[in-house]
Amino acid sequence: MAERHLTVEVVSPETRVWSGEATMVSARTLEGDIGVLVDHAPLLGVLVDGQVSIKAVDGSVHEFSVAGGFLSVNDNRVSILGESK
Amino acid sequence: MGAQLRVYRRRMRSVKATKKITKAMELISASRIVKAQQRVAASSPYANELTRAVTAVASFSNTNHPLTTPHANPRRAAVLIISADRGMAGAYSNAAIKEGDQLVQLLKGRGLDVSAFLIGRKAVNYYRFRNRAIAGSWTGFSDNPTFAHAKEVADSLIAAFLASSETENHGVDELHIVYTMFKSMITQEPEARRLLPLEVVEETVAAGLMPMYEFEPSAPEVLDSLLPRYVEARVYNALLQSAASEHAARRRAMKSATDNADELIKSLTRLANAARQAEITQEISEIVGGADALASASAGSE
Repeated sequence: MAERHLTVEVVSPETRVWSGEATMVSARTLEGDIGVLVDHAPLLGVLVDGQVSIKAVDGSVHEFSVAGGFLSVNDNRVSILGESK
Repeated sequence: MGAQLRVYRRRMRSVKATKKITKAMELISASRIVKAQQRVAASSPYANELTRAVTAVASFSNTNHPLTTPHANPRRAAVLIISADRGMAGAYSNAAIKEGDQLVQLLKGRGLDVSAFLIGRKAVNYYRFRNRAIAGSWTGFSDNPTFAHAKEVADSLIAAFLASSETENHGVDELHIVYTMFKSMITQEPEARRLLPLEVVEETVAAGLMPMYEFEPSAPEVLDSLLPRYVEARVYNALLQSAASEHAARRRAMKSATDNADELIKSLTRLANAARQAEITQEISEIVGGADALASASAGSE
């Protein structure tokens, strides 16, 4: 099986915070924690204050704290629009 | 030194001092444009993602959200005008204010009342001098806006938008923004845009390719929290572009001021030289005349 990954972008209003390839993204939406893996259905979710963690391809885990924002998933592209930090 | 020469020298000194100031301002603005442009670029990923998401929700869900559906019977519109805090930027502030005036005329022509929201001391002074009502104003950050500023402005705009125009005096049905678009280092154009209600789906081509999103928790709720963010991002982007334009306009104005000072110094130098030479010529002819008179006087006595 060919290796496929999520292309993840974490952006804040002022700058692009992080971008890269990842195997998993987890975040907390209004309805609860959600994990996104490869081939997730298109999704648009509202994030609440909390942590977003991204498991990068190289195995490292990146954690960001967001104060509200959005998560959009489409065609293995994940965008996290965070309100701060 | 003669009086005339002294006056010329004094004027040259004053022009030189002014030139130093304008030159310094030109250099400062030049360095700030770059920074401002970088900030515009840095904010664009967020704005792009947000625009995509908003377009997706708005075109996918046929929800009649107040933020996307035009009011059937609009009574009042808000206009946000972004100008500079300081002058010395040529026609920058004036162009934006004029564009705003045109928009206000247009809206009044449609029978709408207009609430003016102003950013920048120049616009505030313009409105105050003409005794026009100001619904809200912010000053002090026109050349270096942050997202916090944009949020502050956007919050009060959204509050006005969400208040009903029928029951409350300050409620508005439409939201317009006038800013100066930074096209390039030499071209900046004032632009008027409607922020709300959204003009949904500008690119109809993309509409067919829009994925069927799942919404969490639901489309209207996503829209509810998405649209204020969208307004914030748009206001922030407008502020950043205006800041870049302001620096570019100031740089250009200061460059021409410096050039004019150069020219002035040149012509004053010429005049001063002519005055100095005239003085010398006069002195020589006085000496020669005096010597002549002495010579002829002593010749006559012998």
